[in-house]
Amino acid sequence: MVNAIAVVRTRSLFAVAMLSGAFSLLSALLFVTLDAVDVAFTEAAVGGGISTVLLLGTLALTTRFERHAEHSPFLPLFVVIVTGAAIIYGTLDMPNFGDPSAPVHQHVGPDYLARSPHEIGVPNVVTAILASYRGYDTMGETAVVFAAGIGVMVLLSGLRRRRRRDGSIEDREEDG
Amino acid sequence: MRHHLILRVITKLLVGMIMLFALYVQFHGDYSPGGGFQAGVIMAVAFILYGLVFSVGQVQQVFPPWLVHKLVALGVLIYAGTGVYSMLTGYAFLDYGALSPDHPEHGQHWGILLVEAGVGITVTAVMVSIHYAFVGRTPMISDEEW
Repeated sequence: MVNAIAVVRTRSLFAVAMLSGAFSLLSALLFVTLDAVDVAFTEAAVGGGISTVLLLGTLALTTRFERHAEHSPFLPLFVVIVTGAAIIYGTLDMPNFGDPSAPVHQHVGPDYLARSPHEIGVPNVVTAILASYRGYDTMGETAVVFAAGIGVMVLLSGLRRRRRRDGSIEDREEDG
Repeated sequence: MRHHLILRVITKLLVGMIMLFALYVQFHGDYSPGGGFQAGVIMAVAFILYGLVFSVGQVQQVFPPWLVHKLVALGVLIYAGTGVYSMLTGYAFLDYGALSPDHPEHGQHWGILLVEAGVGITVTAVMVSIHYAFVGRTPMISDEEW
């Protein structure tokens, strides 16, 4: 919470990048306390590591200080408060933390837990579900990562290549 | 870039360990937290760290951009190829029992291993190529500016 306020208040974008990395690490700790070790692992590696590096790379391309906002902050603040209140209102209906009769634990979860030891034989049920029972989904995710990579490459390096080709055409014209 | 002696020495020590840890996360994902996505990111971090501390040119000698771009597609191909193989041998798409018909459980192990390898390769290559794309456009910043 303190961290998030610091991210909003700080003008130096370098500090903001670092603080958001720290925020990711904190939320990774939160996931560990919720016993979601795989998610915590991903959050620490992606949020704390790669995102921070990419933010720093972006900073190197742009400026390092935030410009002062020109519009009034009240409308965004209002939207955020209403959304937050709606989300908190939604959590009132949620079952207690760790409640075995919660709908999440009644649906397919017990089925996977009962079947995976003798069907898959892999001790980590998360891996068994991700790679085998939900193989289609994971393939879709891989394809999304693939598409994202292609997109960034086209956006960031296509421009430079075209400029170079223009340059070479001009060179040739000059030669001719 | 002849300064930052401590950073350079520590980085050289760390890069190998980070890669080993990535391989551990990759191939031990069946038994402990982790898997292709996490391992891919950790492996990419090793290259990115090397590139940050030394230079992009040096890391691109080790891991050239053309190879990275091929690996981006190779991972998805491995994943989809596993599915197509199981289809060709008469099983459902991505039914890993096809990889070892006599012993479906072993087939599942092989399938998960292959698929996770595909995920890991794609994630590593995408992360590294995004980093290359960012760094490739950046003018070198002098240390005084920071």
